[in-house]
Amino acid sequence: MSKAGSVPGDEPIPLWLLAELTYACPLQCPYCSNPVDFARHKDTLTTSDWIDVLQQARALGAAQLGFSGGEPLARRDLSDLIGEGRRLGYYTNLLTSGVGLGEARLKALKKAGLDHIQISFQASSKELNDFLGGASSFDHKLKMARLIKAYGYPMVLNVVIHRRNIDEIAHILEMAIALEADYVELASTQYYGWALINRDQLLPSRHQVARAEAIARRYQERLVGRMRIFYVVPDYHENRPKACMGGWGNVFLTVTPDGTALPCQAAGQIPGLIFPNVKQASMEWIWRDSPAFNQFRGLDWMKEPCRSCPERLKDFGGCRCQAYQLSGDATAADPVCELSADHRHVVDAVDRADEAVAHGHTEPPPLLFRNAKNSAALDG
Amino acid sequence: MPVPMPLPPDSVVEIVPTLRFQWEEAQQAYVLLYPEGMVKLNESAGEILRRCDGKRTVNDIIEDLQHQFPDAELDGDVREFIEVAREQGWIRTR
Repeated sequence: MSKAGSVPGDEPIPLWLLAELTYACPLQCPYCSNPVDFARHKDTLTTSDWIDVLQQARALGAAQLGFSGGEPLARRDLSDLIGEGRRLGYYTNLLTSGVGLGEARLKALKKAGLDHIQISFQASSKELNDFLGGASSFDHKLKMARLIKAYGYPMVLNVVIHRRNIDEIAHILEMAIALEADYVELASTQYYGWALINRDQLLPSRHQVARAEAIARRYQERLVGRMRIFYVVPDYHENRPKACMGGWGNVFLTVTPDGTALPCQAAGQIPGLIFPNVKQASMEWIWRDSPAFNQFRGLDWMKEPCRSCPERLKDFGGCRCQAYQLSGDATAADPVCELSADHRHVVDAVDRADEAVAHGHTEPPPLLFRNAKNSAALDG
Repeated sequence: MPVPMPLPPDSVVEIVPTLRFQWEEAQQAYVLLYPEGMVKLNESAGEILRRCDGKRTVNDIIEDLQHQFPDAELDGDVREFIEVAREQGWIRTR
């Protein structure tokens, strides 16, 4: 989906504020974007802490406000926070699994001023949806999607795409049409955290990606003016990196359940950076002056091949977290780039995906589901 | 995609209700906000959309703008922008 952007050279504005209200979640999706060690992070921000964050970020120019998690519906004060966000002039987005939603809650959120709901499905069949989420939720999601539309919200239907559901893409789009979604995000799994652990079970093959892309294009053409479909090929299948987050500390600011401020949801893993906490510092200092938000701003931190690359203003060298994960160096080129010395890690992973898909989908090891027990075990 | 008929000049136009149009102080610009996205409008787009209030016709909007910017030759540009805005799904007729 097209994100708000700022013109290079301008003083960056945190146009997008993502409030990760809680890591509590009734689902266990094995590609969750929450950190692997989420179980040790507690929800320590109170309602008034969050309101303070919303006020300060709005004063800095934040305009889009996402309420996410975990499952944001698990916070009892969600309506109050949405109400405050709306009053401050934010466009308020609720990013939810739909689990925990019901008609009374939907009505209360509407009354509070919620602008839009993004509901996620894991798949378009009950069996696969409920397997991937680790809980029976499909029928409820269908019911909630219909109610969201009945209450007049614009609806984004989000499905995280990977090896196990990518072949169903036409079926997913048919479901979205039947539910009258306004936008569909076929969100290719991004391989961080839980998804990175499960990468060899989730990364689709080249053939799968080519087929899915062709189907998505066909539906896009057919549904012009009715439904907007966003599908971006997984970056592992590209030879140039994505302009991750529109640049580090350029438009995007996340606050986690314990108040840590991050330039993206995955940044907490990069060693050597001290991420500020909203309880100890002002949002203005965090955004403008904190060393962590300035670490990869601009171009000075780059080394070759990025430093002299003509595309450095287009993709900012790609993703810092991915560079760290795959090359061990957060200042390296994103290994998705074929000019990276570590690009072979990406190609090898795609080769393995090709082979695994050719030999069937159920090869061991099994998926590691995102839950508190597994989180604690991985955290050692 | 079929080419839509140009809007008759006496059409009353308004911003589509699922979008939010507002002034952003930090950006010194009008913006259109929609699910998970935002369009920052340049000055003339902002001035036109500000007038798509569900009360004025296309002609009213042009007249009003002409009054505010008497030296500009803006009739064609305004009509063209209104067509683009309609194609983008930003405005609709009432």
